[in-house]
Amino acid sequence: MNGYKPDRMPRALYIHVPFCLKKCHYCDFVSYPFKAGDAEAYLGALFREMRSYGSALSGEEKRISSLYIGGGTPTCLPAAGLSAILENAALHFNLLPGCEITVEANPGTVDPGGLRELKRAGFNRLSLGIQSFQDRLLRVLGRVHSAREAVCAARQAREAGFTNLNLDFIFGVPGQTSGDWLETLTKAVELFPEHIALYGLQLEAGTPLERSVAGGAVKACSEDLELSMYLTAIEFLAAHGYIHYEISNFARPGRQSVHNLGYWLNRPYLGLGPAAHSYLRGRRFHNYSSLKSYLEKVGLGEDPVEAGEHIPVGREMSETMFLGLRLIKGVDLGRFRRRFDRRAEVVYREEIARLEQNGLIKVAAGYLQLTKKGLPLANAVFREFV
Amino acid sequence: MKWDKNRIRNFCIIAHIDHGKSTLADRLLEYTGTLSGREMTDQVLDQMDLERERGITIKMQAVRLNYSARDGRDYQLNLIDTPGHVDFSYEVSRSLAACEGALLVVDAVQGIEAQTLANVYLALEHNLEIIPVINKIDLPSANPERVKKEIEDVIGLDASEAVLTSAKEGTGVEEILERIVTVVPPPGGQAGAPLRALIFDSHYDPYKGAIAYIRVVDGSVSSGMQIKMLVTGKEFEVNEVGIFRPSLVSIGELRTGEVGFIAASIKNVKDCRVGDTVTGARKPATEPLPGYRRATPMVYCGLYPVETAGYEDLKEALAKLKLNDASLTDEPETSEALGFGFRCGFLGLLHMEIVQERLEREYGLSLITTAPNVVYHVVTTAGEMIEIENPSAMPPAGKIEFIEEPYVKATFMVPKEYVGPVMELCQDRRGVFTNMEYMSVKRVMMNYDMPLSEIIYDFFDQLKSRTKGYASLDYELAGYRQAKLVKLDVMIAGEVLDALSVIVHRDKAYHRGRQLVEKLRGLIPRHLFEIPIQAAVGNKIIARETVRAVRKDVLAKCYGGDVTRKRKLLEKQKEGKKRMKQVGNVEIPQEAFMAVLSVSEK
Repeated sequence: MNGYKPDRMPRALYIHVPFCLKKCHYCDFVSYPFKAGDAEAYLGALFREMRSYGSALSGEEKRISSLYIGGGTPTCLPAAGLSAILENAALHFNLLPGCEITVEANPGTVDPGGLRELKRAGFNRLSLGIQSFQDRLLRVLGRVHSAREAVCAARQAREAGFTNLNLDFIFGVPGQTSGDWLETLTKAVELFPEHIALYGLQLEAGTPLERSVAGGAVKACSEDLELSMYLTAIEFLAAHGYIHYEISNFARPGRQSVHNLGYWLNRPYLGLGPAAHSYLRGRRFHNYSSLKSYLEKVGLGEDPVEAGEHIPVGREMSETMFLGLRLIKGVDLGRFRRRFDRRAEVVYREEIARLEQNGLIKVAAGYLQLTKKGLPLANAVFREFV
Repeated sequence: MKWDKNRIRNFCIIAHIDHGKSTLADRLLEYTGTLSGREMTDQVLDQMDLERERGITIKMQAVRLNYSARDGRDYQLNLIDTPGHVDFSYEVSRSLAACEGALLVVDAVQGIEAQTLANVYLALEHNLEIIPVINKIDLPSANPERVKKEIEDVIGLDASEAVLTSAKEGTGVEEILERIVTVVPPPGGQAGAPLRALIFDSHYDPYKGAIAYIRVVDGSVSSGMQIKMLVTGKEFEVNEVGIFRPSLVSIGELRTGEVGFIAASIKNVKDCRVGDTVTGARKPATEPLPGYRRATPMVYCGLYPVETAGYEDLKEALAKLKLNDASLTDEPETSEALGFGFRCGFLGLLHMEIVQERLEREYGLSLITTAPNVVYHVVTTAGEMIEIENPSAMPPAGKIEFIEEPYVKATFMVPKEYVGPVMELCQDRRGVFTNMEYMSVKRVMMNYDMPLSEIIYDFFDQLKSRTKGYASLDYELAGYRQAKLVKLDVMIAGEVLDALSVIVHRDKAYHRGRQLVEKLRGLIPRHLFEIPIQAAVGNKIIARETVRAVRKDVLAKCYGGDVTRKRKLLEKQKEGKKRMKQVGNVEIPQEAFMAVLSVSEK
């Protein structure tokens, strides 16, 4: 029965870089306008936080199979800063051989020299936030780059030697047509990325984009159009050799994101930096999101954790279900049984029956997965498991 | 003070809402030293929070004032407060029956309103001496002369000696007290005869049981005495006899003409019904006092707990409310859509709203209320008459010979420029015009015969908005009349939702059905499947709307490791669904069940 215990698994390490050149109109993540002084203070605190975890965690807990630097815009930092983060991580943690080391980058914040430096420092995966190949839509989104700069950045990443490249795109943008979307997808596959992530635009309350939609300045994309864009993308990318492996994610064979898979398999991870979330030793907790509070706490030698909660086993099961159902393959029922010593089919008998009856989920080859019908209605499925 | 029947004056105050009745009552209490200024909270006599908020009297109160008059003698003045709403007109009639005089308080700006008029007529029927009082003379737009003329023209009372007051400023209070002493006759009755006392109100006290508010008409009552209720035949031993100051103060005895209370370990307010006669058990009177009528509910609605588990709480809360409210009725009822609940009967719409509000506020219940309806008389083809209190109990059309519905005689008073809008509204509501009179050059009184069901459905709001709040309305029941009525059913996803069935006039069924399904389309959230909403009369679908299916519901954005946020979002969505009522596969929010009521006119 002890075949699978998540705490025995290597950890994922996430590092949040809370800076951007300019906040995008749709973004409600934690980020600050980039200032050299702040960045320096941030790096100092981050290294100190790493060091304290380095001494607090056990050897087993320090084994890291994926490192992900996200933001914000990590590439706001000079390449040397990012390299220093990686060096410190290697110093305080045990980066396992073959460790996936990703850095997020935005076109307009990278240049050939910087990219080469990152490659040299040991980053082996680059995730580019391209979002769209229409300048018109990039302006709606409030991105700082143009479509041409995006293509350029992808080519430069290749030239710098990155052989594992992810491109992020957004659909359902106000004003976006099916034609725009197909053009974006076509240009995307022409760059031969190993991985593609497609996000349906969420109008988050309080963001400039949400306000201009609410105020009537721009018209939100219709539900039907958004759905058709999603379904188009699935078909299009499949035809171009990409495997749809998670609701929003597509990869060439063997190129799935190790780091993100950890989230969906409900495995432990450690998050460092302001606003970073962790799931460790049965607790979920997160750091202060304000840079100021984060710096203060770390400066005082204190834990910068703002809040956290213990995850009882019932909740762990529920999270395992709704996170795992994001994977196209679904929740591995055998693994669930080994992890909890209980069968998901029994724990969620009624929920599963109801959803099966509605044709939203099915069991296939030992996995509980969303059906084709259930895929665009995933939230309705997830709700049953909370 | 020694009992002397000639030194007793029993009176009440007749006034329209907002004309200053409560403030005037407070001034009388203050002036006679019944309460010191320190003890005065605003409007002492309106004790319930709800009464204060709405500025109306729901539960009656009574109070004894001792007044040393200008003639050098001391008088016992009993002020009996009357509820100020048409729902409680029977209670009003009983409190009038306990008095010999009434202050008719009219606002010096507004003039007479329909409610006032109705109560004045009631007072005249009871041979009460009426003292006109024109209040709020301090207001700059006060026009006492016009109001005097209105009183003379409309009611036919001599208003030349009307007392001019400002209850707010306390002017004219002594003048009123003097007039009560000189104009209102002392009570009649025979001190030596067997006890006869009129119950004009009651309230439930958790320690003393039901407390009867009485006016002794003949004889006397004292503690220790065996009494008998003439209508119910129940007997009790009196534990306590007292008066209202305005809190209850024990005295040993109440004698002929006096007003006070008795407590006799009466377990239920239903055993001391308003209008019943209290007499001695040993030497009973033979004739009850006239005018007893059992309070009958005029309006019914279904009350259901939002969560099935709340049924017991609702049952208990209703039982507690009934301790204090003899006119509230409840019968357990089962709805296919809403589960277990109660069909409750009320004196009127206000009474219904008050009960609902108290259940939610004082008992913390979360309720689904179905639209109110009146009681229909259905004569079947077999010649049998059935009373229908719940539209879903209506027999199939083929078994109905005819249906009768209750009518009211409605009296409107409006400034003349609103005559048109009121007529239009009444015609639209199947009203039959009977009379119209000019009360003055500016104000008009109109009479209509109308179905009660039309008045309980969005009528007051319409009247208010069409007359900018200047119209007043009073009505009294005027028997049943045949009408071409049909049952309008609502089907959601093909299933009849019994709680939404309404009985409407045949000519209005299409219009109402259309409004209803449109309204419901906006209220029922989208589901994973398409939901047809249909209105039907018998087997005939008369209107249809569709709630489109949700096609996309997926959080595609990946929140880094913020699983907690994602879970909370899912939990919140799920919680929202829980507050809805699951009917078949469809989740229906509470508001939908009241949709029948609030569909707008235009």
